[in-house]
Amino acid sequence: MSTFTAILISGIALGAIYFLVASGLSLIYGLMDILNFAHGAFLTIGAYAGLELSLHLADGGGLIGFLAVLLVAAVAGAAVAAAAEVLLIRPLYGRPVSQILITIGLDLVVVGFLLGVFGSDSRQIVVPIWLTRATHVGSLSIPNGDFAGLAAGALVYAGLGLFLKHTRFGLVIRAGAENREMVQALGIDVSKAFTFVFGLGGAAAGVAGLLYAVVFSGSLVGPTQGDQLLIFAFIVVVIGGLGSIRGSAIAGIVVGLVQVVSQFYLGSKSGWAEAGDISVVILLALVLSLRPGGLAGAKQG
Amino acid sequence: MSSPARSRSDTSPALTEVVVSRLSAHSGAAGSAPRSKLGRGAVLGVLALLALLPFAGIRIPGVLPSVVPVLNSIGMLEVLALCFVFGSVALGYDVLFGYTGLLSFAQVLYFAIGVYVTDIAVTVWHWPFLAAVVLALASAFVVAVLLGAIALRVRGIAFTMVTLAFAQAGYYLINDNPHNLTSGQTGLVMATSRLPAILVGVDHTRELYWLALAYLAFAYLVVWVATESVTGRVWQAIRENEQRVSVIGLHPAPFKLASFVLGSMVAAGGGVVYLLLIGTAAPDAVASATLSVSLIAMVVLGGLGTRWGAVLGAFVYVYLQQYLVKLAQEPSFAQLPVVARDALSQPQFLLGLIFILFVLFLPGGLAGLGVRMAIRRHRRSEGNAA
Repeated sequence: MSTFTAILISGIALGAIYFLVASGLSLIYGLMDILNFAHGAFLTIGAYAGLELSLHLADGGGLIGFLAVLLVAAVAGAAVAAAAEVLLIRPLYGRPVSQILITIGLDLVVVGFLLGVFGSDSRQIVVPIWLTRATHVGSLSIPNGDFAGLAAGALVYAGLGLFLKHTRFGLVIRAGAENREMVQALGIDVSKAFTFVFGLGGAAAGVAGLLYAVVFSGSLVGPTQGDQLLIFAFIVVVIGGLGSIRGSAIAGIVVGLVQVVSQFYLGSKSGWAEAGDISVVILLALVLSLRPGGLAGAKQG
Repeated sequence: MSSPARSRSDTSPALTEVVVSRLSAHSGAAGSAPRSKLGRGAVLGVLALLALLPFAGIRIPGVLPSVVPVLNSIGMLEVLALCFVFGSVALGYDVLFGYTGLLSFAQVLYFAIGVYVTDIAVTVWHWPFLAAVVLALASAFVVAVLLGAIALRVRGIAFTMVTLAFAQAGYYLINDNPHNLTSGQTGLVMATSRLPAILVGVDHTRELYWLALAYLAFAYLVVWVATESVTGRVWQAIRENEQRVSVIGLHPAPFKLASFVLGSMVAAGGGVVYLLLIGTAAPDAVASATLSVSLIAMVVLGGLGTRWGAVLGAFVYVYLQQYLVKLAQEPSFAQLPVVARDALSQPQFLLGLIFILFVLFLPGGLAGLGVRMAIRRHRRSEGNAA
């Protein structure tokens, strides 16, 4: 029983990280109708930037040091994402297919660069020792990394909600997602919101890239890790309903749970190595057959 | 009233865009009879030249670094045959993306089915080669119909994401090595004892080259007939405006499925030829998302919805990839600055950069470049006449 509870918590933590990735994708899609393939590159860049800082900290620098590493990951992800929007996406406004294609090209370039410069081997992030330990709650033993994932997911969910509901800029983004032409007609510069949304998504992606490596990959990060994670984030976005933040949060947790639970019971126990990943795709096929618009389909296709 | 000259210069850039996109999108459909006859002649001419190439012992320095610089060397023929294989797969993908407007990531899944099912049937189950090929094509057909029907329940971007997920599931499944069929990451080397002797070994590179060329020609013919048919017109109409197609009383779903299945079958056949050529099935080489992205890049580089553009794009992409890999092994390469050397050692980096530049500055691809130059020449001759 306690094993099962620990697995559930691990699944929710994975879901929280999926949400971090999917929220950015969903915001970008909601406002700009772009499927951002370079999001995987933002994840990896964030993780690599955090890694570089962590190498200079003794024992990962404790709590403050780890927060600084996360901050660097977020800033790096945001900076690259915002630059990509201004330099590559902006010249292609009004041509959605070209915008998607250029994010594919950007992902190729970034992954190729990282492969060339740092090699294809995974690199080790230095993290505070307590992060790799577990906390005992009653008979349960829960890895501290799971708490970090949960906390980050909850903070971003709450922060995004407050920002979108209670700030003027958030209002512009919500209105833009609903009817972009109308917002532009009212004389509001939507392109600023575009850059901002990309930056915000990039920041969340950077944090997610670092946390995923720390919590689920033994603090190892490789050049293609972001792209592997991105595929699951895409599935989360489709299941949750494109453009819906709340849908992404729910779907993130569902996908995380399905993946971890099936991996444990079908994978580790009966030796089917990729059981978790394949179960998620089957879940996707089921959801699409029953509800093509996703769980909370705000917008379809 | 503005002067005629000014109004013309105001509208002409937009007009050019429209003409370029129309021409590059409907080059066959909009072309008049003499045009398509010229096209047919050019295609047959190129085909004949390529078929005679194994007899052409011409030295061309630098045609591929660190390979004997002769046009019909074994290394050169292998690279060209690989270009033909991916040319045919890209051609099948052009049906989906270029003609029907379906940005799919699943093309690679059917290529992998062609490679792996043939390989498993021959190597693990000891089937005769032809029976294995039939099984591979039949499996690709069934999977394409099933997954296509599910994926096409959603449109646009959701469709793209779903196809990516399915292709990825295939990749995981191969890595998983179920019942020791695929050998996982190691890859499954094909047993050659059951193959026709003429298709085995380095001595028969020339025959394999012809086989790949013949398959490309066959795929080209099939895609040509399909895209010029009534169904092909409906595909293009769906690409332009799916809603309008439903409004005039046609049901888009079966047409989209037909496009999906045709593209998949062409890819599966390409997979069989690839297996004969390379002799090994490895998940990263035939089933990864990277290969999906490469296929998209090939079609975009060449020009969407133009058939020969897809083939040319695949040619340029595969050739450049092979060229860059070989170039990185050259001693002169080591003299470059470290960061440049490290980045350039990954063909992906430079190919991605070229891809970005094409999307930004040459959205019609290489085919669009040709159309653009033709329009400019036409304008100039018009100006001279006036």
